[in-house]
Amino acid sequence: MIVRISGEGQFELDEARHPRLDELDNAAVAAVERGDEAAFHEHFEALLALVRTEGRLLGDEDLCASDVILPPGDLSFEEAGADFTGEGLVPDRL
Amino acid sequence: MPGVSGRFSTVVKAKISKLLDRAEDPAETLDYSYQKQLESLQNVKKGIADVVTAKKRLQMQSSKLEQSVVKLDTQARQALAQGNEELARVALERKNVAQSELQSLDSQVAELEAQQQKLVDSQQKLTTKIETFRTKKEVIKAQYSAAEAQVRISEAATGVGEEMADVGLAMQRAVDKTEQMKARADAVGELEASGAFDDLTQLGSGEDDIDRQLKELSSTATVDDELAKMKAELGSGTPPDAKQIEGGQA
Repeated sequence: MIVRISGEGQFELDEARHPRLDELDNAAVAAVERGDEAAFHEHFEALLALVRTEGRLLGDEDLCASDVILPPGDLSFEEAGADFTGEGLVPDRL
Repeated sequence: MPGVSGRFSTVVKAKISKLLDRAEDPAETLDYSYQKQLESLQNVKKGIADVVTAKKRLQMQSSKLEQSVVKLDTQARQALAQGNEELARVALERKNVAQSELQSLDSQVAELEAQQQKLVDSQQKLTTKIETFRTKKEVIKAQYSAAEAQVRISEAATGVGEEMADVGLAMQRAVDKTEQMKARADAVGELEASGAFDDLTQLGSGEDDIDRQLKELSSTATVDDELAKMKAELGSGTPPDAKQIEGGQA
């Protein structure tokens, strides 16, 4: 599977890592929902670390689309909250 | 896939389909898509210029404040040498305010510097992808039937579109940050315009609003410490002596 970390690039990740990715993803969301900032950072950073260390970074000249797109590494707790309430992080312009 | 990445993927993908939301004919898709890519790259360049402008503005504000700090320090010394402790205190209080503003500006300049670097990297990545797309579209045109070409093109265009959407997101975040910092720089500018850091020789005799506000803002303890230090320096005239007194008070 191809995973993009927003602002960093695309990584090719073994499909076998998908369940672990989901697990950390859901843990990060649950942390945001109960307002636990420390837990959110812990799970979200573990999620990114998993992709960075186990994935293979694709070159700039690669044109494939990603299966999953992760928010940028400097995502704040507030931004994560805004993402879930539906305002979204991606601008309408461009 | 639920959760933060599923949500995020959906939002970005919606942007991509908006970007590529045209064209049934492969040739049209190619041209339209390539056109869009170039426009997007222009936007990124403009965005970087905006960040650089904001950074320069903060740097100017910062160097002005540096001058104020030096000037206020000199004025405090002069006032103290002339035995006017009250005036020296006012000068030091203002110096404190200016110094804390200066620190905050400096960290913001560093933050903008990092944003700028990130955007330049993104721009480089996008440029490479667009160039790859341009080459690919020529190959696709030459080698494939219309039906096959349609599939290949939409794959390649989605890849570039995703990068465009991603760079767009980075741009938007940088612009938001820049806006916040502009507001901050304006606030410092207003403070300066209000006379908060003005030459003390222009000061009236009584205390005005700004004086009282400044007093609230700055910590009396810091000013007292500095005043004592300055007195010690003026009194002894030699740094070692001054250090001794300073140490004794701490």
